[in-house]
Amino acid sequence: MREKKETITQGLPRPSLAKTPTGIRGLDEIVQGGLPKGRVVLVAGGPGSGKTLLAMEFLVRGAIDYGEPGVFVAFEETVEELSCNFVSLGFNLEQLVQEGKLIIDYVHLDRSEMEATGEHNLDGLFVRLGYAIDSIGAKRVVLDTLEMLFAGLPNEGIVRAELQRLFRWLKTRGVTAIMTAERGNETLTRYGMEEYVSDCVITLDHRVHEQISTRRLHVLKYRGSTHGTNEYPFLIDEDGISVLPVTSMRLDHAVCTDRISTGIAGLDSMLGGKGIFRGSSVLLSGTAGMGKTTFAASFADGACRRGERVLYLPFEEAPQQIIRNMHAVGLDLAPWVQQGLLNLHAVRPTLYGLEMHLAKIHRLVEDFRPSLVIVDPVTNLIAAGTLAESEAMLARLIDWLKSQQISAVFTSLTPGGAALERSQVGISSLMDTWLMLTAIESSGERNRGIQIVKSRGMAHSNQIREFLIGDHGIELCDVYTGPMGVLTGAARFTQEAREEAERVLREQEIKHHRNQLKRKQAVLEAQIAALHAQFEAERSEIDLAIAQAQHLETTLASDRDEMGRLRHGDAASGPQQSEN
Amino acid sequence: MSGHHEHIVNEPSEDEDIWQLRLYVAGQTPKSLTACANLNRICEEYLKGRYSVEVIDLLEKPQLAAGDQILAIPTLVRQLPAPVRKIIGDLSNTERVLVGLDLRHPEMPK
Repeated sequence: MREKKETITQGLPRPSLAKTPTGIRGLDEIVQGGLPKGRVVLVAGGPGSGKTLLAMEFLVRGAIDYGEPGVFVAFEETVEELSCNFVSLGFNLEQLVQEGKLIIDYVHLDRSEMEATGEHNLDGLFVRLGYAIDSIGAKRVVLDTLEMLFAGLPNEGIVRAELQRLFRWLKTRGVTAIMTAERGNETLTRYGMEEYVSDCVITLDHRVHEQISTRRLHVLKYRGSTHGTNEYPFLIDEDGISVLPVTSMRLDHAVCTDRISTGIAGLDSMLGGKGIFRGSSVLLSGTAGMGKTTFAASFADGACRRGERVLYLPFEEAPQQIIRNMHAVGLDLAPWVQQGLLNLHAVRPTLYGLEMHLAKIHRLVEDFRPSLVIVDPVTNLIAAGTLAESEAMLARLIDWLKSQQISAVFTSLTPGGAALERSQVGISSLMDTWLMLTAIESSGERNRGIQIVKSRGMAHSNQIREFLIGDHGIELCDVYTGPMGVLTGAARFTQEAREEAERVLREQEIKHHRNQLKRKQAVLEAQIAALHAQFEAERSEIDLAIAQAQHLETTLASDRDEMGRLRHGDAASGPQQSEN
Repeated sequence: MSGHHEHIVNEPSEDEDIWQLRLYVAGQTPKSLTACANLNRICEEYLKGRYSVEVIDLLEKPQLAAGDQILAIPTLVRQLPAPVRKIIGDLSNTERVLVGLDLRHPEMPK
């Protein structure tokens, strides 16, 4: 019994909901795998919100990428109109139709040609749909849009009942279906279709905020599955739809201990001698004209030298202008562009909203697969949305780039007069490394200084370093940090010259002292030698005297013996015999 | 196809007077049988001798549904005289059918 229970409880979470991947970028991540297989999904939205496109892309991706043919029942647009509209989005519907992967069935409804005369049902629709599904073995079905059914048929009650029957019938056919519906004033859809579709509801929205429009997608409901619950901005371009998900809702991306050069030797040494971590984010902030773009270009140049790809997104200058300006300071970016290592993608910041920009960046990054992304400047993007929005979006972008192990450099313009650190507080907390470029104004000069406000996970210099932008890019100077504080520019030169003079003077003094010492030593040695000589002389004299004295003694002794022998003294009496 | 033509009246001089009607049904449901009966009754009464009716069962020929843009069942399509008109339902409301077909009463002058 117990074993049986265990197997049941273990088995319960296993048979999860089967899903049909949409193939739409980002959407599958939000709904965690796809739409519920064999069920009906409601896509609701206002006019021009992209309902038809989302539905059609679901079919096209299914037919091309997943081998699942689809049926598109169009109540609004004719086959020709649809084919024509979707060519501009890169879908060749006619080819898919010819290959038997897609059927577009245009259902024309005209209330004026129609008279109701009693009981009827929508078997005609069932028959048409069933016939289309059977003829290509369709696994996906789209009905676009349901409002036309209500508008084109005289009896709303019958339409409601028949739609309910249709949804049940579609489920029994095992096809995954998308219904599109117009957004109502107070209800989700104009005819309250959400009451009948209970499995999955997606709403699309096209909002204009401060003259900038943004498309948003929201998974309102997804029975039997977890899903991203936020509103996600999405983008419609020549490749169809891409939704920008919050990427991972977790904060557990893999980290890299690999360090990469910033492209500026002096800066690398400030950052513990090895540069930044791969996959980390760098904020370069500074007031106007501090060289943010030059720094960013140096980062790009450094990465290209290593043979890595760089996506550079300038929001203020045209690519050609950047290449020209950087060439003037010795950074030749043109070869990297030609080699395909550097992708300069300039877009006007006002072209679309912040979310759209970030969705665009997403798409560019996925296509180009760079190892470094530069946004120059990120402040222009922030201006495209509210601060809270932009923070959230930037967090998503940074998060996502990190999860892809892509390093990111964001330059940020600090408005003049504002506190240098205040304006970046919003985004600085997201950054791993914050380099602040500051103007150092003193003695009638404006010089550039760089300091590392923070750099997570590494020892870094606490110095404010002056840097020069010359013919060979950026060079960091040694900063004079004497008792008078930091000196830059001409003052630094003056101070250096003064120090040099003092140093020379000191050297000369030392030399002088050394010479004096030498001379003293020489004198001392000479005196020692003289004393030594004198001593030698005295010693030889004394030696002589001693020798003479000894000689005299011996002579006297021998004389005495001789005299004794001559006097014939009593030899036996011995020594008593003396003269005294 | 010819099997569906129940009545064929061929009078070239009176082209305008020949009514071509098509009734779409899906299987022999009570609704479709009612519609057939009603149609025959109305035609006999108001269009005697100058109409042709084709009954199409979509369960047998589903591919024909798209041609006349059929959604509702049953649907009666007036193909001639132009313009095309559609009447949905089991045709039980004779007055509405006559309005829908734009059929004047035989006693009234044309």
